[in-house]
Amino acid sequence: MIKFIFKAILRDKNRSILPVMVVAIGVFLTIALSGYLTGMLGDIVDQTARFQTGHVKVMSRAYAQNIDQLPNDLALLGIDKVHQELENDFPDYTWVNRINFGGIIDAPGSNDKSKGQGPAMGMAIELFSESSGEVGRLNLTNSLIDGKVPEKSGEVLIGYEFAKKLKVKVGDELTYMGNTMNGSMTFAKFIVSGTVRFGVASMDKGTIIIDFTDAQQILDMANGAGEILGFYKDEVFIQEQTEQMCDVFNAKYAQDPDEFAPIMKALGEQNSMGTYLNLVNSVSSMFVIVFIMVMSVVLWNTGLIGGLRRYQEFGIRLALGEAKGHIYKTMIYEAVIIGTIGSIIGTALGIGVTLLMQKYGIDISGMMKDATMMMPTMLKSKFSLHLLYIGFIPGLFAMVIGNMLSGIGIYKRETATLFKELEV
Amino acid sequence: MKQIIILLLSIISICAPVKTWAQTEKTSAQTSAQTEDATAILNRVDDNINSNTSVTKSNMIIYGRRNSRTVTSIGYAQGKNQSFSEYLAPEREKGTKMLKLENNLWIYSPSTDRTIQLSGHMLKQSLMGSDLSYEDMMENRKLTEMYNSHVIGTDTIDGRETWILQLEAKVEDVSYHSRKVWVDTQRYVPLREELYAKSGQLLKKTELKDIKRIDGRWYPTKMNYKDMLKDGKGTDFIVLEIEFNTPIPPYIFTKASLKK
Repeated sequence: MIKFIFKAILRDKNRSILPVMVVAIGVFLTIALSGYLTGMLGDIVDQTARFQTGHVKVMSRAYAQNIDQLPNDLALLGIDKVHQELENDFPDYTWVNRINFGGIIDAPGSNDKSKGQGPAMGMAIELFSESSGEVGRLNLTNSLIDGKVPEKSGEVLIGYEFAKKLKVKVGDELTYMGNTMNGSMTFAKFIVSGTVRFGVASMDKGTIIIDFTDAQQILDMANGAGEILGFYKDEVFIQEQTEQMCDVFNAKYAQDPDEFAPIMKALGEQNSMGTYLNLVNSVSSMFVIVFIMVMSVVLWNTGLIGGLRRYQEFGIRLALGEAKGHIYKTMIYEAVIIGTIGSIIGTALGIGVTLLMQKYGIDISGMMKDATMMMPTMLKSKFSLHLLYIGFIPGLFAMVIGNMLSGIGIYKRETATLFKELEV
Repeated sequence: MKQIIILLLSIISICAPVKTWAQTEKTSAQTSAQTEDATAILNRVDDNINSNTSVTKSNMIIYGRRNSRTVTSIGYAQGKNQSFSEYLAPEREKGTKMLKLENNLWIYSPSTDRTIQLSGHMLKQSLMGSDLSYEDMMENRKLTEMYNSHVIGTDTIDGRETWILQLEAKVEDVSYHSRKVWVDTQRYVPLREELYAKSGQLLKKTELKDIKRIDGRWYPTKMNYKDMLKDGKGTDFIVLEIEFNTPIPPYIFTKASLKK
């Protein structure tokens, strides 16, 4: 009978194409928008990861306990070995070194006087390493107000408000004064290579960016780093995966009593992100449920209309002697087949678009006049396994339930009135 | 009987305020005496610690979590407004100089050949990663100029009897709003200090030891400064040599001396 029904569906394109299209579109929209919603709500997570936490972060235990103070005296040393281990064990992640530091920036004027001075918050990142992807990750090029990203040692990027305060411009000299990781006083000269808009007032007024190797040299941190951040490929954060990674990595050092042994923390364990992640998941689920309910009503309606449209056909079949139950059963089977075909097509399209959006995204930087490092310029979706069924199941069942409801009318029809209805 | 009770109650109610008034007067008198004593104590402390000029060679031992560092320096001070110091060791710090004139501080770095002036809130930064700030290092005024004081008790530290003085700021521009100072009753030298913020938060603790008789005065030659907001053992400041009231050439206290 299934083969017969299938042939009937294929022959009568009016019965198949439109319902399949409606189901496919409904399922596609459900999946694509769910994936986009999850990706969009994850933007704050993404920004936090890019600037502060990574998807995972490796640091010394002592550093982790005092992380609010950014204690470079407790930094991780011997990072070449740590990198080797991380790259072997977790090859799907990009591992980058960072140092956060503080100090004073002084802009020399004439007669050995200062034309500007202020406390500075420094970020040392791997500017000269293309494989690290740090320049793109922090959106530095698009956030430049003036000048360029540092290309050689001794160059610095500075927040544009900070540059105004210090009365410096591209090409001017700055002196940094701070402490090495051992506490010694350290001074260094830098040339301003560019000014940048961070998008956060406190950063625009007091942040500088230098290359990681420069920071190692001036802070006496040879083969050391404050933090090693790990980013999954395509910059997509997968919470369960990061938690598993941390368990595996930390288990290796569980018996090591050294307070400077490395420890790995997932994004959710840092900066109170755990609470935010739970909130994002809850809100995302709520939106998806509401959307599915709406789509289900639409598909149900499609099923209903499909059933009602065949009123005359059912009347003829009843008049020819076909049993009501048989007609009802064939209706349901047709609905299942149409619902399945439509849901498969819709799911395939939805997941395809989600994966494309996850990998490439939509670049809106051209539309954003004042792009900053903090504002995302790429709209990206996020694929997760539940997308495989959140569209498929409602697509199938809504269609079937719609047809089941419209089919109830078959049982109300009387043979005696059939001929009058059919006008025979 | 009833009238006797009323009379007695009346006498008690009259006498109580008189007694309280008398006690207040006595307390005021004691306080006045104590305040005067406290001021006199502080004056004698200032006589020991302060001088017209001083030349000090010292070691500062900064204890870190991983290691400790010793920074050797020589310092020249004249009055409360002029001081100059040069760091002699280790190699990282060698040649770094600091000049304080009034409330301004200049730091010279030989590696960059630059003189940087620090002022305002930047003086609260840590000096060389130690538990001292630039502000702590620059403070040279007499305690009696900055604080009102009174004796709040006595204590014994390392076998020495001490008065405990409570100091409250009487001027606005002080680093620490209040202090508690344990002063040796015989030598008039502080043996311990606790420095507080306006909120009452304990910010720093200082222990002074190895009190030596130098040039007719008692002087602590070993001090430990502990920043109470940080973990760790604090910073030791050890006086290797000190001379009081030695003539110092005026050119030392000029910006030109930083680059010499």
